Amino acid sequence: MGETITIGVNHITRVEGHGNIKVDVQNGEVKECKLEIVEAPRFFEAMLEGRHYTEASLITSRICGICSVGHQLASVKATEDAFGIKLSKQNRQLKTLLDMGQYFESHVLHTYFLAVPDFVGAPSVFPLIATHKDVVLSALKLKKLGHDIGDMVAGRLVHPISMTPGGFTMMPTEKKLEEILDRIQDAKGELEDGAKLISQLKLPDFQRETEYISLYKEGEYAFIDGNIYSSDKGEISYKDYRNVTNEYLVPHSTAKRTRFSRSSYMVGALARFNNNYSWLSDSAKEAAETLGLKQGCYNPYMNTVAQMVELFHIIDNSTAIIEDMLSNGIKDEKPVVPELKNCTGVGAVEVPRGILFHEYTYDDKGFITKANCIIPTGQNLQNIEDDMNEIVPAALKVRSKEELTLDLEMLVRAYDPCISCSCHLLDVEFINE
Amino acid sequence: MSKPKVAFFDFTSCEGCQLSILNLETELLDLLEIIDIVEFREAMSEKSPVFDIAVIEGSYSRDSDLKRLKKIRETASVVVALGACAHIGGINALRNSQNKEDLMKKVYPDNPFLYETNEKALPISGAIKVDAFVPGCPVDVKEFVRVVKNLVLGKDPGLPTYPVCVECKLNENVCVYELGKTCLGPVVRAGCNAVCTSSGGVCIGCRGLIPNPNINSQKDIMEKYGLDMKRIIDSVNMFMTEDAKGVQ
Repeated sequence: MGETITIGVNHITRVEGHGNIKVDVQNGEVKECKLEIVEAPRFFEAMLEGRHYTEASLITSRICGICSVGHQLASVKATEDAFGIKLSKQNRQLKTLLDMGQYFESHVLHTYFLAVPDFVGAPSVFPLIATHKDVVLSALKLKKLGHDIGDMVAGRLVHPISMTPGGFTMMPTEKKLEEILDRIQDAKGELEDGAKLISQLKLPDFQRETEYISLYKEGEYAFIDGNIYSSDKGEISYKDYRNVTNEYLVPHSTAKRTRFSRSSYMVGALARFNNNYSWLSDSAKEAAETLGLKQGCYNPYMNTVAQMVELFHIIDNSTAIIEDMLSNGIKDEKPVVPELKNCTGVGAVEVPRGILFHEYTYDDKGFITKANCIIPTGQNLQNIEDDMNEIVPAALKVRSKEELTLDLEMLVRAYDPCISCSCHLLDVEFINE
Repeated sequence: MSKPKVAFFDFTSCEGCQLSILNLETELLDLLEIIDIVEFREAMSEKSPVFDIAVIEGSYSRDSDLKRLKKIRETASVVVALGACAHIGGINALRNSQNKEDLMKKVYPDNPFLYETNEKALPISGAIKVDAFVPGCPVDVKEFVRVVKNLVLGKDPGLPTYPVCVECKLNENVCVYELGKTCLGPVVRAGCNAVCTSSGGVCIGCRGLIPNPNINSQKDIMEKYGLDMKRIIDSVNMFMTEDAKGVQ
């Protein structure tokens, strides 16, 4: 590759939201290497001010179509935390099951539809309909299962309806739970085929150790409850999330970023896998072994593989929840009505792309006076850029410009970024326009 | 006859409507029998300079997007607004009651004027002429397929003109007003099969008003049940920008 190159990928495809990759190398020296975010700002925190506690999760759901379950969970949990609402075991099971539906849909979409085309040399999933129809149909079927879990628990997976602070306004029937349970069992076989496909993919061999941050709860692969865990610093109370995220702006930056013990940290499937491996289900651990993923993995491209491994855990976790609910019977619980007061609460949950925080302050009439949301993709941006800054200099002599461009696009996609979650992302001045 | 070329574009939005379309499962394959999808950034790397039908998700909230919108309008013979943001402003319009400078200072206190935004978030019709729309947040994908089929056949999109109450009653739900809640069902366009009220929620108006809504009757209902006016105004404003209330 030449001594002077510029790479400009505008509006990276097959990611949610708008982002650009910019690389500028002059005479063999990397001048600039960055990920720009060009999503329009949407002002969610300001829009939440003055809204009633019953509306908060309906509004924040719309931060993102693909992460709407996650935003609702974090929102509802922040409100429940603020008002001190005590919840039942069944409520926790329904929330987890809804989260599992989202993971299922989101991880299948990412691994099969957004990432796999790179590995088979296709520009998108559509040409695969002709060449790999069975895989596409299998992916569609698996995605549908995620949606049907969401429909069953909350009326809808994209912008759910029946999850409110204090409880669900609708209960799944036992018949529906049994039907979903059967389909979850069937899905395992399909997933094993998918894992075979993923195992054939050749991922770039790139290693960079970073700080891994996830939710943490002794005894379980934490999804909706727990404290924060840093691979550098250990356990930190979820209430102290601001001490971990430390949002900041940099002069060239396009987005609010975060950092804790190092210049950047990583959240998402690989961070969860590295931090919480011991509590994965047996079949997920087997899948990890088959796919060559080991705890303490420092290759960000393996995030896609970690998602595949999590899909096995999700099947086992959903099965256990549904079996327990069926053996105990569904109780028709009505949402708890909170006692209103001046208060503040934090919701921390693991969503497909990583740990998500919402924090609300309420007045004594139940209206929001202040809101804050910190999204997984914002937390990953600096880590992606730090990866790029190691990949580019090493590639200058050995990769062509086209190969390097693909390496970088695949890197960004591996993080499964969701730029639509734009509550904290800024706009950018284009240097080349 | 060659299949019409369809391109998807997104502006200020959550991309949930496009995502819902990717969730079409096998109907997506059927739809591909009658159309060619030539551009869809969320799902594919291919791009196309030519297309017949442009499907646009998202609100218009930045001047710098106007050029791209006009180009799409010049190229397409039919422009379809996809979902509440494109159709009536959507959730983005919630901010329209606040002053732009205040918003920027509130959300980005460290550097409030680094980026660009318009005074208001508007539906796509605030920037270019729109020929048809698929309402909802998110869209109902079956309705999306129906609208596309009708457009390909040169027919009217065929959206219902009656309110959500009709579908809600057919689903045999207890009226949520009887449960002491506020609901926009009497004045909002049906077509969603009353999914929210049938799942224990209330209608929050994401599909926009029906043509000639009976606003006086809605006021009567609220008076009858002694409901709080602020709450109902808040819920109407959740999806509909002031400038889009006339859009039908």
